[in-house]
Formats: sequence, C-alpha cells, structure tokens
Amino acid sequence: MDVLEKLTILTDAAKYDAACTSSGGNRTSKPGYLGNTSTSLAGCCHSFSADGRCVTLLKVLLTNRCVYDCKYCVNRRSNDARRAAFTPEELADLTIQFYRRNYIEGLFLSSGVFRSPDYTTELMIRCLALLRETHRFNGYIHAKAIPGTSPELVERLGLLADRLSVNIELPSETGLKALAPDKTKKAILAPMGQIQARARQSREELVKYRHAPRFAPAGQSTQLIVGATQDTDFHILRLTQGLYDRYGLKRVFYSAYVPVVEHALLPAKDVKPPLLREHRLYQADWLLRFYGFRAEELLDGGNFDTRVDPKCGWALAHPEFFPVEVNTAAYEALLRIPGVGVTSARRILSARRVGPLHVDQLKRLGVVMKRAQYFLTASGKTAEGLRFTQDSALRALMAAERLPQPEMEQLSLFGPAGFS
Amino acid sequence: MDVIYCYDGSFDGFLSCVFDSYAHREPPAGFSSGEEALYTLFDSRQVSTDPGHAARVLRKVAALSPEAAVLLRRGFLTCLPDRELHLFRLIAKLLEEGPGFLRDRSDDVLYPVLRAVQHLNGEAHLLKGFVRFSDLGGVLGGEIQPKNRVLPLLAGHFGARLQGERFFLYDRTHKEALFHVPGQWAIRPLADFQMAPPDEAEAHYRLLWKRFYDTIAIRERENPRLRMSNMPKRYWATMTEFQDASYFRPAAGSLGLPDQPIPLMEPPETGAP
Repeated sequence: MDVLEKLTILTDAAKYDAACTSSGGNRTSKPGYLGNTSTSLAGCCHSFSADGRCVTLLKVLLTNRCVYDCKYCVNRRSNDARRAAFTPEELADLTIQFYRRNYIEGLFLSSGVFRSPDYTTELMIRCLALLRETHRFNGYIHAKAIPGTSPELVERLGLLADRLSVNIELPSETGLKALAPDKTKKAILAPMGQIQARARQSREELVKYRHAPRFAPAGQSTQLIVGATQDTDFHILRLTQGLYDRYGLKRVFYSAYVPVVEHALLPAKDVKPPLLREHRLYQADWLLRFYGFRAEELLDGGNFDTRVDPKCGWALAHPEFFPVEVNTAAYEALLRIPGVGVTSARRILSARRVGPLHVDQLKRLGVVMKRAQYFLTASGKTAEGLRFTQDSALRALMAAERLPQPEMEQLSLFGPAGFS
Repeated sequence: MDVIYCYDGSFDGFLSCVFDSYAHREPPAGFSSGEEALYTLFDSRQVSTDPGHAARVLRKVAALSPEAAVLLRRGFLTCLPDRELHLFRLIAKLLEEGPGFLRDRSDDVLYPVLRAVQHLNGEAHLLKGFVRFSDLGGVLGGEIQPKNRVLPLLAGHFGARLQGERFFLYDRTHKEALFHVPGQWAIRPLADFQMAPPDEAEAHYRLLWKRFYDTIAIRERENPRLRMSNMPKRYWATMTEFQDASYFRPAAGSLGLPDQPIPLMEPPETGAP
C-alpha cells in the first residue's frame, strides 16, 4: 500500500477528533533544528476544511487497527473497514515535508489500540523520537495518551510531545459501560492525573534548573462526545468545570456525534449531528474559562435554550443585574454584559480614564451593540431611541443569532418568549 | 498655505515630509509618492529623504509614546487610503496634546489608524498559516497576494521557523519579495515572478497535502459559509489545496509519465443522499 492510500485511510479514521490546536507551546527556534511553535495565543490555523474547522496539525492515526469495540467509533474491531499503519519513517517524512512547505504547524498523533495500550504507545514513542531526535523537529506535537497505558510510557510520551490528551468521549460512566465496554472511568482518569502531576513537577524543576526536561509544556486536553448518550448539557458542563478545576486542563473539546454506525443504543443513522448544541457548549465553555461564570449559574439542570447564547440567556434571566453603567462598573461586571468580551471590556477600562464614555463611542471600542444595548448605560443613558420590553429584547436577540434555516423551523415549536 | 508633499515612498521619506512640514509651518493637504502625477489646485513640495530628519521625528514620537512609534511604523504598511495624512494627524495631535488620547480607542484621529493596523496584523496572522511553499530544488519559494504590506511582519516569523532553509516569498500586490538565507533576510522590489513547475517529489507532496485536506473534512458537517468567514476566498488563489489538476502534475522531463491521470479526489456530493 503506498503512502497516499495510507494517508487517506488514516486521516479519514482520525477526522472525528475535534482537537486541533497549536496554542500554548513555547519552543523557540534552535540552531540546527527545524521549526518552533506559534507565539500567538490563538495558535496558527493553516487551512480550514470544507466543514469550516481549523486545520493546523497533520492529524492522523498511526494505525486504525484496534482491539477495542467501542460502539460509537468507526475504528472499532467489529467494523468492516480497510486497515493501515504508517511506518515511523513514512510519518516522519510526511511531517517534515509538510512542515517545510508551511502546510502544518506540527503533528497530531493518535492511534487505534494495536495489540495493547502499551504496545501502541511504544510505537508512537518510536515515531516521535525519530522526529525529535533524528530529524531534529522542533515544531508542535500533540499526542494521544491511550487509557490503560503504563505510567513509564506516558512519562516518555510527555517528554516528546507539547500537548497530551486523553479522550473521555462519553460524559458518564453509564455511557461508558454501554458503549465502550473496554474502557473504564478509572483507566481514563489515571493518565490525566499523572499528566497533571508530572507537568506541575516539571514546571517547578524549570524554575530551579533552566535545562530541566519539559513535560507536555502545552498542557493537556480532552474531548467529550455530545449527543451519543442521554447526558444533559448541565451534566457535561459540570464535568467540564470539574476537569478545569481538578485536572488543570487547557481545553475541553466537544464533538457533535455523527452517526456512523447502526446500533440499538445509539441515535439512528439519519439523525443530524447536534451542531447547534455543540456550539452552545463551546460558548458556555468560554464563559467558564474567561468570563468568571460557574456551571451552576448558567444552568440548573437540563439543556441550554438554543435560541440565544448562554450569556444572553443568563442576562435575560437576571434583570436585577442590569443595566450596567460602563463608566463605573468593575471589569467582572462588564464581562457579564452580552456583547462585551474580554478585549472590549479592557478597552472600556482604558478609554474611560480619558473621559466619560458615551453610548455612541462603544461600537468603536468593539462592543457588539445589537446585543449590549439592552443591558448597559453610558453616562446614565441608553442608546438613542431605544425602547424595549423583556419580550421584544428576546426576539431581537434571537434575530441577531442568524441561525441556519433548519434550526429556525425547530424553534417555532417553542412557545413565545419564555423568559420573564 | 496648504501643500502636497511629494516623496520617494519610503518610511524615512514620509518622516522627512513631517519634519519639513513643521520646519516650514505648512500643514500637508496630501502626500504623493512618485508614480501618480498630481494635478491639483494645491502647491506641491518635493521632499528628499533625510535619514537625520526622519530619526529626529521618530525619536520625538517615541519619547512621547513608544506605542505611537510602533503604530506609525505599522500604519505606514497598511492599505488605508491617505494613510500618510492619517499618520500625520496622529503625530500632530500627539505633539499638541501629549499621549493621553491614545488610551481612548474611539478617538477620531486614532481610530482609523488603529483599524487599519488591526487589518494589517490580522492579515499577517492569517498568512502565517496560509502561505504555501514549494521546494524548488532545495530552495523554498512561495507567493502571496495581500492587501497590506505584510512581508516585514512575516520575515521574523518565517526566518525563525525555517532558520536553516533558503527561501523566498513573493508579494504579487506590492511587487516585492522577501529573501532569506540562514542568518539574514532582505525585502527587495521584484517586478515579475513566475513559479517554476514542480519536479516529481514536489508534485507528490502537493498531492499528499491535497488528499489530506479533502479527507479531513466531515461531510455531515459541511459548512461553506463558516469556511469562508474563517478563510476568505481571496487567499485561496495561492493555496495548494485549491489549485486545479495541472498544479499537481510534475514538469515534463522529470521521471513521471506526463499523461498519467492525477489521483485527485472527486468533489464531495452535496444535497440529500
């Protein structure tokens, strides 16, 4: 089988993994080595695929042979799919040649479980060692830690990679039992705990010795599948919050389940992936990480109302908090206004030191007025000619969402404005 | 009396104009750099570039506000119409009022310059990802078609990343190119440039990348609007993954059979199955 065919099979098998970031790395270029990692906080996207998702890393499986039989997965043992495996040399050559041409920011290496987790991880380590040591590759590497791998191997993997991730996939233990009988919650959380402890130790050593080895300097992430099980948004968001709090994760990714197999326990094959729900979860995730929200504030059980974003939803449910006066409010209060983000809140803080702010200045500071106008005052005034009720504000905010057509049809099933 | 300042188009030339304008107490009505002959009602003044004058202006600006000096340099690279006039107003206000107003982004003089610089920075950031190099017998070569002059912003990035490589990057819009050999780089005007056809190996990697790009998309999630807002179509012209079959065919004379079909993927079917 030639490399083109292998690449096709092993890319196709890797594409459902949402994580594809190159942020958080801190490799500066070194004489004699190829590459560095992006200095931008947001990483660097090298392309966008037809589904609009960022392509930044060469995202492939080492092999799609797998001894596991997770019901939701295209690579499960019982699926009749073509199987392939890269040799370490093939993969190293692809990475280097793609990187030189600026196609990619680095490599994202994952794998099916070939023979055993340890055996697979050893193969991955051979690949990465070849890249780092023989080819002197100094770009970004994201590697998957496979649940059930022994700690010594995770240790070696973390010293070669910038970021490690362990995919939880199913947000509850019942889901795991039903759909991924070969995996347990304990086997997933064990490497996560190890990675966190080891990365912390590495950071402490770096303070003392400049050349201490760096363990996964870009941290760890995970992925949760949305819509394969009955788990609610509240459950997923609480889990996410716990992961950020307890395991110090950099990112949690959500992947709307695309029905790839017919199975009694899974959504039927003609069910559309819940993309809007995934989008709302990402928005809520941002609120947890950058806006000082807690999961319990955003939801008290159940799912998000998909008609407006979670921040608007919170604002509409808490009229007592608004309007916020932009000239006097604290940074934390500014961040709670829909239409004001981290950047525009900082700009407001800076600009109001020059003189009192007026409503017509706010747009230039980056405030999205079509959302924010209902929730703020500037020098005591709202936007010129603005008249609204709770109900008309909700309608306007829904219209501002510009949801794709099929979702709008679903919306008509809801009653009129539900907030009061 | 308002006059038009004519200069050589360089940053130092522009700063020399600013110097002369203050020396003669003649505020500019506009700026002109060479090519386009100006027939206006205004008088024009030919300014020759004086590095000493330029340095004095920049030093004064930097003393008042280091970030304003950065803004000037960057602002000069943007495609903002009448950018020199906007930058002149910024300097004038800075000298008159001091740097306080720079904190207020909504300021009438500051805002257009900030917007333009943001556009420049954004374009440079995207191009750090969207630039595509080809291996032309050991030298890497690429082309871009930006609105702003981004090469000075890309030089450091690619110089560090590909520090052991010899490469060049041609800017079709501004007809200049960035040249890099290990240890040094330079940006030079280049009137015209034609990329050589690929050899066997280069054509092979192009094809591998195209295949990867086409395979990584999830068909059930197809979303052309999202793709276009993340990656506007004007960048596609110089990106490998959007070229037609001939781009993936090795040049005649290399080992491949010239008439062999190129194994590109079929475009994904759209609509309901």
